[in-house]
Parts: sequence; C-alpha cells; structure tokens
Amino acid sequence: MDKSLEIIRRMKNRTLKNHLITYLIVIVFYVVIQVLINTGNLSSLLTGLLVPICVYVIAAISLNLVVGISGELSLGHAGFMCIGAYTSAFFSNAVGDGLPEIPRFILAILIGAVCAGLFGVLIGIPVLRLKGDYLAIVTLAFGEIIKNLVNVVYMGIDSNGLHISTTTAMDLHMEPGGKQIIKGALGISGTPRNSSFTAGIILILITLFIVQNLISSRSGRAIMACRDNRIAAESIGIPVTRFKLLAFAVSAAMAGVAGVLYSHNLATLNTKKFDYNTSILVLVFVVLGGIGNIRGSMIAAVILTALPEMLRFLSNYRMLIYAIVLIVMMLFNWAPAARTWRERMREKLPFKKKAAAGKEEA
Amino acid sequence: MAMLEVKNLSISFGGLHAVDDFSVTIEKGELYGLIGPNGAGKTTVFNLLTGVYKPTEGKISLDGKDITGKNTIEINRAGIARTFQNIRLFKNMPVLDNVKTGFHNRYRYSTVSGILRLPRYRQVENTLNERAMEILKVFDLDKEAAILAGNLPYGKQRKLEIARALATEPRLLLLDEPAAGMNPNETGELMETIRFVRDHFDMTILLIEHDMRLVAGICEKLSVLNFGRLLAQGETAEVLSNPDVITAYLGE
Ligand SMILES: Nc1ncnc2c1ncn2[C@@H]1O[C@H](COP(=O)(O)OP(=O)(O)OP(=O)(O)O)[C@@H](O)[C@H]1O
Ligand SMILES: [Mg+2]
Repeated sequence: MDKSLEIIRRMKNRTLKNHLITYLIVIVFYVVIQVLINTGNLSSLLTGLLVPICVYVIAAISLNLVVGISGELSLGHAGFMCIGAYTSAFFSNAVGDGLPEIPRFILAILIGAVCAGLFGVLIGIPVLRLKGDYLAIVTLAFGEIIKNLVNVVYMGIDSNGLHISTTTAMDLHMEPGGKQIIKGALGISGTPRNSSFTAGIILILITLFIVQNLISSRSGRAIMACRDNRIAAESIGIPVTRFKLLAFAVSAAMAGVAGVLYSHNLATLNTKKFDYNTSILVLVFVVLGGIGNIRGSMIAAVILTALPEMLRFLSNYRMLIYAIVLIVMMLFNWAPAARTWRERMREKLPFKKKAAAGKEEA
Repeated sequence: MAMLEVKNLSISFGGLHAVDDFSVTIEKGELYGLIGPNGAGKTTVFNLLTGVYKPTEGKISLDGKDITGKNTIEINRAGIARTFQNIRLFKNMPVLDNVKTGFHNRYRYSTVSGILRLPRYRQVENTLNERAMEILKVFDLDKEAAILAGNLPYGKQRKLEIARALATEPRLLLLDEPAAGMNPNETGELMETIRFVRDHFDMTILLIEHDMRLVAGICEKLSVLNFGRLLAQGETAEVLSNPDVITAYLGE
C-alpha cells in the first residue's frame, strides 16, 4: 500500500515540478530582459520585438494544444489570431475613453478570446470530422477565408448601434457623430497601444496555467486518449468529437488572445499578417520545440523570432545561419540519439537529488 | 434474467456473411467462451455487441435492456467493456493514466474545476488514484504505474487493457484473445487473474480465445462459430468433444 502511494506521490511531484519549471523559465526570461532594458543593453530593434515574441509564444502554446495534445494538424491558427485581433481592436476603439485603460484592455482580451473561441467551435464542428491531411487542408482554407472576409468588412458604431457592410464605407449609413472603425482593407487604425512586454508575459503565464492544468486533468486525459487511440477511447465511453472540439476551441481562444496582444501593439492593423505564412511559422515553432512539448515550443518561438534580428550583423549569411539553427533544433529534439541522451540526462538528475535527500534523512 | 441475450444476430460485408443468425444467452457471473477458426466472425460479434458495427438483423439485450443499434459510447455507458485483439492502449500516457481514463464516466469533475484546481479536482483525483491503483494491483501492474503504456512488455499490455476496461465498471466484460502472444507461464497467470476478476468484481465475462488450454480451463460454456454460423453451443466439455467442432478445428 505504501509503495503505491509513494509511486503516486512521485508522479504528482514530477508533474508539479514540470509545471513550475515552465513558469520559472518565463519569469527568469522576464527578469533578464528587464535587467537588459534597464541597463541599456537591449537594442531598440530587439526591444521592439518583445511583444511580437510574446504573441508568437502564446500562439505556439495554443497550437501545440491542438497538434501535440489533441493530435490534429491545424494550419489555420492565424485565422483565429485575426478574429481575436479585430474583435478586440474594434472593442477598444468603440469604447475609446469610455473606460479606464486597464479594465478596457482586460475586457478586450476577454472579447478577443471569446470570439476566437466561438469561431473555433463553429469551424471545429464540421472540420474535426475530417482526419489527418484533410483536416490540415480544410483548416488552412478556413484560415484564409477568415482573413479574406475580414479584409472586406466595414464596421462602425453610432448612437443606433453597430453598422456593418462588406461593400464600401458609404453603405454603413452612419450618423454624423458615428465612429467608423474597421475600414475594409485599410483595417483598423488608432487602437490604443495597451500591449506591453509585461502584459505579454502575464498572458503567457495565464495561457500556460490553463494548458498545463488542462493537460493533467480528467478532460486533458480524455483529449490525449482520443489522440492515442480513438477507437479505444470510444470503447471506454469517451465522446471523442466533443473532446477534440474542446481542445480546438480552447486553442482557438488562446490564439485569439495572441491576436489581441498583437493588435494592441500596432497603430494600424490589417489582415496581411494573418495569412497561412503565420500559421505555418507557428507550426514550425511547435514542430521544432517538440510536438506535445509545451515548454519546447515556447523556447522555439522565442529563439526563432529573435534570431533573424540578432543575426542582422551577418547580413547575407543571416538566413543561412537561421536555417542551420532550424536543423540543429530539429536534430536536438527529434534525432533518436539526442532523445536517448536527453532521457538519460533526465533520469540522472532526479536520482542525484534523491540520493542527497536520502542521506539527509538518514 | 440473462445478463446478455443475443437473438438472430447477422451482418454481412458486401455479400460476405461475416456473422449469420447468431444467438446466445449468457447468465450473470458466467465465464463464457467464443471460439472458432480464423475468420469465423468472432471479433465481428464483439464489434456488433459494442456498436462498432450495426447489425443488419437481430437483437441484443443487456440485463433486459435493448441496446441494439446504440453507439459504442452509449453501449459502454450501458455496461459493456472490451479489449482488442490488436492491443489498443493509450501508448503515450502512463499506465496509471490509462486506467484513470477508464474511469472517465464514473468519477467526474468539470473542465473548469480541473483548470482552476478546485477542491473537487483534488478530491476526485485522489479517489481516482486510489481506485486505479487497486485495479492495477489485481493485474500486478502497480509497480509499473508511472511507465508509459507503450513501453510495457507485450503480456503486460494485454493485462493493462483488461484493467482499463474494468475501470469503466462494466457489467459484461468482453476479452478478445487475451492470451495471444503470451507464453504458457503468462497464460497460466492470466487464467488465474480472469477467474479472480470474475469472482472479485462479480463480473460476467465473454472471451474469444484460440488457446484451448485456457478455454478448457476457465470457460464454463462455449459457442463455436464457423464461417459466421453457430456450429455448437453448450457446456465446455460437451462442445469440445463434439465431432463437428473437432473437424472444424482440424480443417476439412
Ligand atoms: N469491416 C469489415 N469489412 C469487410 N470484411 C470484414 C470486416 N470485418 C471483418 N470482415 C471479415 O469478416 C470475417 C470475420 O472476421 P473476424 O475478424 O470477425 O474473424 P475472427 O473470428 O475474429 O478471426 P481471428 O481468429 O483471425 O481473429 C473475415 O472474413 C473478415 O475478413
Ligand atoms: Mg478476431
């Protein structure tokens, strides 16, 4: 009896330690960057990249929930970022000075998350019936559709409420005092720039909290069971589609939050950034960081976003080095030899600590 | 009332009568065997019982309740759990979590309690850990609880599948070739375990098996399928000495 309690305790501790290490990495990263900024050691280019790094980290964590934990290849995550970015920017512009900055930003984040999450459900219901490559293609298409639809939307607000048109700004028929906010291909300008590195880090920590706790709970186990063996999952009474949808919707909502952070960092927002290139870039973070490895995808997102800037001094060799780094990361995470080496390292570390602890007890 | 009552069950796959007019009655607490040569339709019977396939004809009742045409998930909730001929574990999850996942519909808490780690989460997880460990102990898998299911040796994977099925707290347990790939030693142990499960969990068990030592050793009754049709049915000793059965097994 004691033996099995001991095993459970050890499993719990390992999970807890894993979670804490992930939070710690984020916090250490934050502190180091703050020190660099305050001592004037961070170039303005890199400083400008801090919020985008947070955006990509959140997007990578979110996509890893679908690709790594739920086991479905989605290529449309930029679409959900787009929804989050636009709905929240619309909100912030519409409210304007009607609310103090911080509550307005918090509401904007919630709105972006909820709207993107709803789109996740809407798209997920038909799409998650498909498998593998088909799912990838269809999500890719949906991502592009979202982007192109948003690109033609005109939207404004006046005392009569919301006005929407997909043709021209004239068709909004706004009252003279009304505010036109979304201007078709011109997008949204004048969004309050509430995003900051600190806000980004807080959002990363919240995203991590949600994903890590989800994974190690009843619903998370159900999601992974559906990934590992759909037929077996059904045989033990797990509604597979519902849990795939749960993972997809939560992921979409978090991609939406990445979008909010993005849109509140820019004076003008348009749909250009939300095409399949971004979806694929985020997928690259996930694959390189390790599918299903939340911490890895986070680190990959940071390195690969910052790298092109840090290598600027190499001018022509920049992309060459970038490619080499990609390959090295790939090997580190996926080559069998590297994997066994890491396993061995992982096994060694806790053992050493346990031996030390044992001595103390004795 | 019989635990399982199957009447005139049939299914065909484009002309092939995989199962043809199969009927069986299994009483509560029985250990029942389903045997027959390769391709006889045994696994297909399991797939029909668990709603993987819908029968073209026939009726299935579990403990008096008609479950014909229900889907896999509903049937598991109604009380049938199974294992698979080709093992289907959640390979990238620890052994313990495979069993905990089996309890999915028995011990619940919401996704939100899970994410926010509300008291309900702690309470249910503690129960889950205890209950899962109890079941693992029956199969002598408790020491391997933290190992990934995919890293278990073959024989233990088969046992883990039974453990996971039991976690759904079924009334009827279907085992598809539980001894396949096991050595005689392991098979002997497995026979003990299956008997123990029946007695300890008060379970009704229907199992498919090719290993005649196991079948003769633990099954009280048998049904023999051949080319989808029932060849013989009844007490184990009687059925195994039936000339038709012997011919079917030795091949015409
Ligand atoms: N989904 C399907 N589509 C077409 N034919 C099928 C399908 N499932 C089973 N069959 C066929 O039905 C017949 C019975 O198959 P089944 O798997 O039930 O046999 P079995 O008795 O379990 O054999 P074994 O002892 O080899 O496991 C076989 O001829 C098989 O090819
Ligand atoms: Mg079979």
